[in-house]
Amino acid sequence: MSKSTNTNKEKKPEKTGPKTGAQAVVASLEKAGVEVIFGVQGGAIMPVYDALYDSKLRHITMGHEQGAAHAADAYGIVSGQPGVCIATSGPGATNLITGLADANMDSVPVLALTGQVPTNFVGNDAFQECDTIGVSNPVTKANFFATETESVGDVVSLAFLLAKEGRQGPTLVDLPKDVTIGEISNWEYKPPELPDHVEIPSVADEEIIRSAAATLIDAKKPVILAGGGVIKGDACNELYKFAIEFEIPVVTTMPGIGAFPEDHELSLKPAGMHGTGYANMALTHCDVMLAVGTRFDDRLTGGVDTFAPTAEIIHIDIDPAEISKNIHADYELVGDAATVLMQLYKEMGSKPEASEWLDQIKAWKQEYSIEYGERESDGKPRPQYIIEELCRATDSDTIVTTGVGQHQMWAMLYWTYKKPRTWVSSHGLGTMGYGLPAAIGARFAADDDQKVICIDGDGSFLMTLQELSVAVREELDITIVVLNNAGIGMVRQWQDAFYDHRRMASEYPWVPDFSKIADAFGAKGFLLDDVENVESTIKEAIGYKGPSVIDARIDPAENVFPMVPSGGANGLFALTEKHLEEL
Amino acid sequence: MAIKSNGLRGPAPSERPHPNERRNRQGIRIEPGSSGELQNRLATFSALVKHEPGVLSKVSGLFSRRQFNIESLTVGPTENENNARITLVVNENDTGIIQVKRQLAKLLPVIAVEELSRDAIERELCLIKIKNHFAQGDSLEELKELVDKNGIEILDIGDGMVTIEVRGGQRDIDDTIEMFDQFGIEEIARTGTVALERGSKKTT
Repeated sequence: MSKSTNTNKEKKPEKTGPKTGAQAVVASLEKAGVEVIFGVQGGAIMPVYDALYDSKLRHITMGHEQGAAHAADAYGIVSGQPGVCIATSGPGATNLITGLADANMDSVPVLALTGQVPTNFVGNDAFQECDTIGVSNPVTKANFFATETESVGDVVSLAFLLAKEGRQGPTLVDLPKDVTIGEISNWEYKPPELPDHVEIPSVADEEIIRSAAATLIDAKKPVILAGGGVIKGDACNELYKFAIEFEIPVVTTMPGIGAFPEDHELSLKPAGMHGTGYANMALTHCDVMLAVGTRFDDRLTGGVDTFAPTAEIIHIDIDPAEISKNIHADYELVGDAATVLMQLYKEMGSKPEASEWLDQIKAWKQEYSIEYGERESDGKPRPQYIIEELCRATDSDTIVTTGVGQHQMWAMLYWTYKKPRTWVSSHGLGTMGYGLPAAIGARFAADDDQKVICIDGDGSFLMTLQELSVAVREELDITIVVLNNAGIGMVRQWQDAFYDHRRMASEYPWVPDFSKIADAFGAKGFLLDDVENVESTIKEAIGYKGPSVIDARIDPAENVFPMVPSGGANGLFALTEKHLEEL
Repeated sequence: MAIKSNGLRGPAPSERPHPNERRNRQGIRIEPGSSGELQNRLATFSALVKHEPGVLSKVSGLFSRRQFNIESLTVGPTENENNARITLVVNENDTGIIQVKRQLAKLLPVIAVEELSRDAIERELCLIKIKNHFAQGDSLEELKELVDKNGIEILDIGDGMVTIEVRGGQRDIDDTIEMFDQFGIEEIARTGTVALERGSKKTT
C-alpha cells in the first residue's frame, strides 16, 4: 500500500482521538490548519509517518531534507503561514539545518519536526543520533526537545504558534521515538497560548511617534526603506497609503521586494550591493529615512560609515533587537509594522515639502537607468532580456523563485514586481540551490491560476537538482529557467574585479545539457541559445502543463551591474568594470 | 573565456556628488574628522530564566555567536524552584550593552532581563592557594595579620600550601589577588559575580 499523498487511500476504522504521541503530533498539525508537509522518511521518525497514514494531511516526499526545508520556507513566504518540514534523526535533521538557517536569516515561518533516537539512547552516540537541539540552537527562533508523550502535541502546537507570532522564524521540535510511540491516556487538542512572559509588541510609543512625524514632515529629502517585515507583517497597504499620501519615494531591501509596486513612479526598486543606482543615490543623500521591517544587512548598507550619512533614521520593527543593531535609529518605534505605520500616518499633519528632491530622484532614474542595451552578447541571448521577456509573458501574480548568484541579481533588477509574496529568494544566508525546492513549496501555497517560475543559475540548479523528480512525480506546473553561464558567475565576477582575474574553481569546463536532464526526469526540456527564440521558447515552456526546464545558454562574460564592492559606499556604485578599477 | 566590458551607462563614481558626513562603527552619525569610537564599560545583568535543561547552552551560545565580551557568568537556583538566575558581567560599549539585553530577552526560556543599577550589591567568592612559606613560625603570624586586616578567611593550612577564601566585589578580589601575588599563587578559583538590587528594588 504505497502512499505518498492522500489519493487511493484505504478506509480505516474511525478513531475517536489520538492514541499515541505521534498521533497527537499529527492532530496538532491538522488543528493548526496545516494542509501540506514536506519531508523524507527514516527510522526515528517512522511513528509520525505511520500516524500520517491516517491523516488528511498531504505529505510531499522530497529528494533531500534540505529541499524539504526550502520548500517549507517558500510555502511560508507565499502563504504567510508556517511551512512544515519533517525528517528523521541524525542526517535527516542535519540536512534540514541549511534550510532552517536560511529561514532564520530571512525571518520566515517554518516548523521543523525531527525524529530522535529513543530517550534512553540519547547521549550514547546511538545509530543516527545527533544533538539536533544543540545543532539547531543558533539557527532557530525556538526549539524543543519533547520529553513526554502526554504533552508532545501541545509542544508542536506551541512551536507552530511561535514560528508565526511576532518576528517570524523557524522553530523545531525534536521527537524521540519512545515519546512518539508512547500511548496517551488523556490528551485533547487545546489552542496554543504564548508563555506569559512572551509579549508581542503592537503599538509604538506615542511620544516617539509624534517626534518622528514632526521630523518627517520637516524633511526636504525623505525616503522610505521597506524591508521584508512590511510583507511579513501584512503592512503593504498601509505602506502604499503612507507613501502615496505623503509623496515619499520607496526603496526596498531584497526581502522587501513586492512590498511596493515597482511600476509606480515613487518606486526606486531595491538598493544595496546590486541595487539600482537611483535607489542607492536616494539612500545616500536622503535627510530622513523611514525604515520599516529591516535589519540593515551589510549587503544593503555597504560600509556602515558611508550609509545614509546625512539621514535621521526612523526605524519601525517588531523586534527591538534589530533597532540600532547595525545602524543607529534616531527614533525607535517597536511594534507591528501596519499598526505603527497607521499611528505615524495619523500624526502626519501634512506632507514634507520635497518637490526638489522628487525632481532630483526623477533625474537620477534617467541618469542611472538599468537599461542594458543590446539583446544579445557573443551571439547568445542576454540574461536581462530573457528576464524581461519572462516578465512580459506572465501576469503580476506570477511567483518568481531564485537560487543565489548573478541570475538572482538579474531576476531582482529586470523583473517588475508589483505584489507582495511574489518574490521568493534566499537573501541573508545566500543559499545556492534554493530556487527549485522553493518553487515546489511555492507551488503548493500558490493559487491554481498563479504561475510559478524558478529563475536559476547552472551552479545553483546543480545543487538541488534531485528535487526535479518531486516536481514530475507531483505533476507540478512550474517553469525553471536556468541562466547557464557554465560556472558560478558571481564568484568569477569577483575574481575578475578583486583577484586579478585568477578564476579559481569558478568556471565549469563542462556542464550537463539541462534540457536533456529535464527529459530524463520526465519534465519538458528546452534548449535556448538563439536570441530570436527567446519569446517563443518562453511561451512554449510556460504553456506546458507540468514542470519544464529552459536551458538558456548565456555569455559567461556577462557581469552584474550596478555593483557596490563589499564594504564600499552605496553612492559610489560601479556601472562598468572600469568604474570598479577606479574605486 | 574572454574578458570583455559590459555594463550600464551613467556618470562614473568620481563624477557624482558624495556627502562628507560619516557614521561610526555602531552606525551612529559622527562629526566629520572625529573617530566617534565608543568607550567600553562593565555592565552587570541579571536574567531570570526557566530552570530547565539547555538554558545555559542557549545563553552561552548567544554570547559566543554574537561576540559579546563576557567577564563572568554565574547561574543558580532562586526562591522559585521553577526559575534560575543568571548573573552576567559584560564589557561592552553602550550599543553592545543594549544589544546584550535585547538579544537575551528574545530567548524563549529567558523570563526577564535587566541591567542592574550601579549601586546594586555585587559579590564574588574566590579561593586562592598560596605557596608554603607561610606554613610555620613567624611567617604564619604574618599571614594571619594580613588576612585579619583584609577580612580574609584561612580554610586550609598544610602540605606546603595555604588556601584562603576571599569575598567581595570584583575589584576587592582583584586587589587581594594582586596582594598575594608576591607570595606565589599556585591556583585560583572564582565564582563570578552574583548581584541583587539594594533595598526594596526588585532585581528582575
